[in-house]
Amino acid sequence: MEKKLPKIEIIEKYCKGCHICVEFCPTKVLEMQGFVAGVKNLEACIKCMQCELRCPDFAIKVITD
Amino acid sequence: MAFDYDKWIRPGKLPHIWCPGCGHGIVMKGLIRAIDTLKLEKENTAIVSGIGCASRLPGYMDCCTLHTAHGRAAAFATGVKMAKPEMNVILVGGDGDGTAIGGNHFIHACRRNIDMTYIIMNNYIYGMTGGQFSPATPTGHKASTTPYGNPDPNFDIAKLAIGAGATFVARGTAFHANQIDKLIAEAIQHKGFSVVEILDDCPTTYGRRNKYKSVIEMMNRLKEVAVPVKAAEKMTAEQLQGKVLTGVLYKEEKPHYTEEYAKVIERAQAAK
Ligand SMILES: Cc1ncc(C[n+]2csc(CCOP(=O)(O)OP(=O)(O)O)c2C)c(N)n1
Ligand code: SF4
Ligand code: SF4
Ligand code: SF4
Ligand SMILES: [Mg+2]
Repeated sequence: MEKKLPKIEIIEKYCKGCHICVEFCPTKVLEMQGFVAGVKNLEACIKCMQCELRCPDFAIKVITD
Repeated sequence: MAFDYDKWIRPGKLPHIWCPGCGHGIVMKGLIRAIDTLKLEKENTAIVSGIGCASRLPGYMDCCTLHTAHGRAAAFATGVKMAKPEMNVILVGGDGDGTAIGGNHFIHACRRNIDMTYIIMNNYIYGMTGGQFSPATPTGHKASTTPYGNPDPNFDIAKLAIGAGATFVARGTAFHANQIDKLIAEAIQHKGFSVVEILDDCPTTYGRRNKYKSVIEMMNRLKEVAVPVKAAEKMTAEQLQGKVLTGVLYKEEKPHYTEEYAKVIERAQAAK
């Protein structure tokens, strides 16, 4: 069965580029893309929600179903 | 599923003013998850603060809010609770607001055991005004007013709350985001004055003066120093050196103020 990937939404106008989500993602899904966070490797996401929980700026949403 | 914070945020208020990596946003999210899980009603929930970066929090919340004078959140909140005992009253603020100028209000709210919850964001500094030391700045650490190191011993805020009579005291950190909502929810459900201290970070005025190269280093420090109370039971005094206990530190059932005050009213009316 194919693994169902989440949708990671980064609200760029809220992101302040603090690196928290990138640094503490256990599977290195995210990276800084210039000033804001971006998705580098969605395949690796284990939907742990840590990035969404820790973003101080309400800028990242991990949408699963 | 992604959590819907928007329903508790005043429309058009984001992005907030807090600096990149400031933990106050992480605490606000924990508070939102807590009140949402408890299904509190907006019209029955009041969030009250004093002054400071942390105290800006109510301005973003879509419920009853009160942004008051520096250190006076407890006084205003007490007024709200006395007028409307059925209301969920939540105080928020910083270490400076709550333990320096507002220290007196803080200890007496604890002593009275008024059924309210106080979330204190301890970033060890006066963030808003540029980094003066607060009663929570650790000894030896630097602030704009202690450039050669703070000579004062610092308050342990959770211990102060327990000593002053708060009947529920918990501690978490901005790094352990997943725990914040649980501690706050338990605090809100507790009958009596509950205090949740969140060890927080202020990269802008505290971090850069105290040799933290980044927000990530500050977060890693929170990760390293925190020891859950359960885990601490199995550790030696030596292993606990430099660590900070997290989780529910104290809990006691005791008559609380509005309940006792209602009895006073009853007695007074019967005596007429
Ligand atoms: C009566 C009064 N005195 C002093 C100030 C200046 N002042 C504003 S915020 C603040 C300290 C805030 O520190 P804290 O509560 O720790 O919040 P943080 O900014 O660190 O989140 C001070 C001294 C004020 N606003 N009012
Ligand atoms: S949900 Fe977890 S694994 Fe997926 S991007 Fe966020 S932190 Fe990384
Ligand atoms: S944690 Fe939030 S604000 Fe910080 S870089 Fe990631 S998305 Fe941006
Ligand atoms: S000055 Fe410090 S406490 Fe204030 S918003 Fe910036 S990081 Fe947060
Ligand atoms: Mg402070």
